[in-house]
Amino acid sequence: MQRKTLFYSALALTLLTVAFLVVPVIMSVMAGLTKNFFLGIKSGLTLEWVVQVWDLYQDTIWRSMGIALACLIITLVAGVPAAYALALSKSRWARIFEETLILPVAIPGLAIALALIQTYGGFREFRMSWAFILVGHVLYTLPFMVRSVLAVLSSIPLHEYEEAAASLGAAKRRRFFDIVVPNAMPGILAGSLMVVTLSIGEFNLSWMLHTPLTKTLPVGLADSYASMRLEVASAYTLVFFIMIVPLLIAMQKFGETGRARKSARR
Amino acid sequence: MKHSSLSMGLLLLPASILVLAFFALPMVQLVITGASGEEGLAAYWSILTVPRHREALIATLVLSLVVTLTALVISTIVGVFLVRNKFPGSNLLVSMLTFPLAFPGVVIGFLIIMLAGRQGLIGTVSQAVTGSKLVFAYSMTGLFLGYLYFSIPRVILTVMAAAEKLDISLEEAARSLGASQWRVIKDVLLPALKPGLIASGAICFATSVGAFGTAFTLATKIDVLAMTIYTEFTLGANMASAASLSVVLGLITWAALFIARSLSGNNVAAAG
Repeated sequence: MQRKTLFYSALALTLLTVAFLVVPVIMSVMAGLTKNFFLGIKSGLTLEWVVQVWDLYQDTIWRSMGIALACLIITLVAGVPAAYALALSKSRWARIFEETLILPVAIPGLAIALALIQTYGGFREFRMSWAFILVGHVLYTLPFMVRSVLAVLSSIPLHEYEEAAASLGAAKRRRFFDIVVPNAMPGILAGSLMVVTLSIGEFNLSWMLHTPLTKTLPVGLADSYASMRLEVASAYTLVFFIMIVPLLIAMQKFGETGRARKSARR
Repeated sequence: MKHSSLSMGLLLLPASILVLAFFALPMVQLVITGASGEEGLAAYWSILTVPRHREALIATLVLSLVVTLTALVISTIVGVFLVRNKFPGSNLLVSMLTFPLAFPGVVIGFLIIMLAGRQGLIGTVSQAVTGSKLVFAYSMTGLFLGYLYFSIPRVILTVMAAAEKLDISLEEAARSLGASQWRVIKDVLLPALKPGLIASGAICFATSVGAFGTAFTLATKIDVLAMTIYTEFTLGANMASAASLSVVLGLITWAALFIARSLSGNNVAAAG
């Protein structure tokens, strides 16, 4: 009897929590697609608001995609070799470097943005370009790439693989591209998904670092929340969901197969 | 396998340049700027001496603490429940609970407006039922709900991961020895989950302290530390004050995450 009550109260809390998280999302999607949210669905469905968002804010969508892609390339080029070096070295310096590398995640974006503005705000060309936002995104996402790749590389006998390859005459460069990268692939993929998702949704840094000509999607969203009617803001949010949800699904699916693979190995 | 320090250096070079030029150097600059105002180094105490700053600090810490505790209680019950009970649709519930993980703070602010704003669901329902419109999105309650919104998915993931590893036979043993359901939870289940709870609680706390987007969207008269810094910077154009406050803010979140990591070896973003 006691256990039954416990079961149903836990179930009720679970459903309530799900409702808390999901209902506002559904409402927002509906608001973006109805003619007049105040009157409700009976006022009719329309794509008018989505089209209006596309006309008004299209540039922010393309810019966010561009920044995410550039951010991905930079974090790959800088992050994968760094993770490899950190996986090889057991020295104190390597650990200190690792700590420094992941530090930006522990500091609020607001503080990092202020620091960047203080230091580089005087370089007008740089300050006015989207590269300024990109720098912030790279700092914020690089730790995720490094950690993700490092986690995979630390779980395999990397030294043995490399020794085997070296004894067969493979040079350093070849070992990196033919041994390290393929083995690190699950980590690279997971890290890449994370980097792109975080970059597209990043607001705290972007809001401080943007100029009227370099608005990203979340910056545009904040803009529309403050100045547009609810239906337009909702339609814009809907566009954001459409961009981010496939990435989230991929991340969840990937997490599941990753977990399955790990337990299979065990 | 020997790797020369030269090749190690080359591998670390791109990341080192990025971190040095765009993080270490600007951070040092920020600390210096913080002390560059009229009061000099004393600016770092302004968070305690200036009443407006002190109030914002207290509000931020209290809010984050309450959010963390609430998120821990809800997520522990829901997380353990979903790990222990598999029924049709339970996987779907897990997906829905973890989806908001990557929503930025601004979007969460907007979702809270959808829920409890002027045209929100709660307002409409309460008006139909009681005749008076319940609107609390733009208050501390709204902020609390917003922070809870981005905290729950994170904490639930940690709790579920920890709960999956639990040895259920321990609980059965305790029960067979005559322990009540409540004692099993208090003496067996919670101690086993404790490391994960402390770690994810610290992450949740740090994230809440540093969060900006949600408060920014809900705005009006909410004074949390992030908003104070933003106001000092934009309206007051008081760079020294904004810098010193953000250094303090960074120290708080870093300390919380440091504790989290030393307890669990895990790290999650301070985004939101």
